[in-house]
Amino acid sequence: MNQPLTLTAARTVGPRWTLGIAAVALAILIALPLLSLLPNDHPLQVSAYTLTLVGKILCYAIVALALDLVWGYAGLLSLGHGVFFALGGYAMGMYLMRQASGEGIPAFMTFLSWTEIPWFWAGTQHFLWALCLVVLAPGLLAFVFGFFAFRSRIKGVYFSIMTQALTFAGMLLFFRNETGFGGNNGFTGFTTLLGFPIAAPGMRALLFLLTVALLVASLLLGWQLARSKFGRILTAIRDAENRVMFCGYDPRGFKLFVWTLSAVICGLAGALYVPQVGIINPSEMAPTNSIEAAIWVALGGRGTLIGPVLGAGIVNGAKSWFTVAFPEYWLFFLGLLFIVVTLFLPKGVIGLIRKDKET
Amino acid sequence: MKATPVPNLVDASFSSESSGLGHQVTGGLDTRHGTILTLEDIGVSFDGFKALNALTLYIGVGELRCIIGPNGAGKTTLMDVITGKTRPDTGKAYFGETLDLTRLSEVEIAQAGIGRKFQKPTVFEALTVYENLELAQKTNKSVWASLRATLTGEQQDRLEEVLVTIRLAESRHRPAGLLSHGQKQFLEIGMLLTQEPQLLLLDEPVAGMTDAETEFTAELFTSLARKHSLMVVEHDMGFVEAIADHVTVLHQGHVLAEGSLAEVQANEQVIEVYLGR
Repeated sequence: MNQPLTLTAARTVGPRWTLGIAAVALAILIALPLLSLLPNDHPLQVSAYTLTLVGKILCYAIVALALDLVWGYAGLLSLGHGVFFALGGYAMGMYLMRQASGEGIPAFMTFLSWTEIPWFWAGTQHFLWALCLVVLAPGLLAFVFGFFAFRSRIKGVYFSIMTQALTFAGMLLFFRNETGFGGNNGFTGFTTLLGFPIAAPGMRALLFLLTVALLVASLLLGWQLARSKFGRILTAIRDAENRVMFCGYDPRGFKLFVWTLSAVICGLAGALYVPQVGIINPSEMAPTNSIEAAIWVALGGRGTLIGPVLGAGIVNGAKSWFTVAFPEYWLFFLGLLFIVVTLFLPKGVIGLIRKDKET
Repeated sequence: MKATPVPNLVDASFSSESSGLGHQVTGGLDTRHGTILTLEDIGVSFDGFKALNALTLYIGVGELRCIIGPNGAGKTTLMDVITGKTRPDTGKAYFGETLDLTRLSEVEIAQAGIGRKFQKPTVFEALTVYENLELAQKTNKSVWASLRATLTGEQQDRLEEVLVTIRLAESRHRPAGLLSHGQKQFLEIGMLLTQEPQLLLLDEPVAGMTDAETEFTAELFTSLARKHSLMVVEHDMGFVEAIADHVTVLHQGHVLAEGSLAEVQANEQVIEVYLGR
């Protein structure tokens, strides 16, 4: 039987030992960037590779959490969250490209023999405007898309298919050179952020800490929402939307709010991902990426917030090990993992932990 | 048959403040003439099939009206028209004197004070009994208000009161999905109570209930009438006999007969429709 989701969240964080594990995990995440600052020959030194890898996985974990807000609570399965992630990344990338090209225009525009910077690049040399774009671009797209989708009462699988189409359309658009975002090469070759070298250990450590901070803030916000009456109304909309309307609530506003919030969180994750990984291109909007995000959530346990974070960690951790050890078997393993979880762990990894605790 | 005589049982809490004002919802419902629901000449057709045909019906303030009729008579369509789910092709539908139901959305109609219980009990299964009642409770239902909502002492008292009334106080922390069929029916009735609508539409409320539960429901509804207006669709004649002031018989989308249960049962046409020739 379905447990109330708010209870699930409370129970998973409630017990003391769970809090203990969370504290240890957080301590490790804060220690990692500090250890990376140690000299190269120090035994405890964390390599730039490891730090970047973990930072990347943390960004994915934030995406999983954002997806859980809309899927786990409001029942809206998005198979297009990659587009919001990429838009946030592109907004940050525009600023980094301007930093790299100094007074001139970005190199890829020179190759297209453009002489002027297109209008939508205006102001992107300013960090603050780039930050605004990080929030506005995914936020506005989500708002407009959500407004029409929810007004037309599109739900279930139709909604999922439309989100999938949205990210696919975005990918095709960004693949075109004329769109003005570097075509299929996207943006790369970043040099500085706010004048500081982007690959310097100090900058890497800072970006990593910011990612940890965003993850923690998103988790706290998510818990706050899930525990509020707003969260309960989302659950109610998921289970019986008509009944919610006859209770006097307009489901459109509730869905639109959580949908837009989720997209903005994804955009912020994308903005932190790009400077750490050093590249953004349209393949981030590939439909398979968004589907993989849904797997992270399902594997971790939807409607639990912390579960999807674990799910993203487990899948991506396994992925980076597998693609080194047995590169040709990774996709089989991912498929197997998904089947096993669907068959034996309907509540995901979190469900497993809770079952152990109860027996 | 003449339209219903209006029972003189107006509850002071919502009729006194609204008299004489021509405008809408704010403050209270305008029920100057003692009629809470006015349906005139309503017609609804689906692909040429006339679900409702020139239906005219008035429900008085504080009245408990039962609607009976064979399957396909248009009972559920009638509820859909009143709650804004279906738009009538012709006719007028007013809540109170001034609220045009054909122009309001489902949500606006619910907020204006019409509550509906579905034929199949519909509760929020993942939430607890208490949370179900809390969501339904009359309050500001905007997104912003819900983000910061906390229950006042008064609201908590009201929820406790309803929990006791529907006999679910013991189960308050159980997920609604684990309740029995009859308990779900009561929970949904409880949700209507906390919603505090002025007009309650109840679609087969005692379906699947035990005899004892049915009897209790009858008592509950009788005590609700006067403070609220009720429109009950029901097949169980014993239940109808126990509660109804007035009965309306629907047949093929229009009103066939109206009056007390005894009058209606004696009506030639009604007997013909129910028993066949």
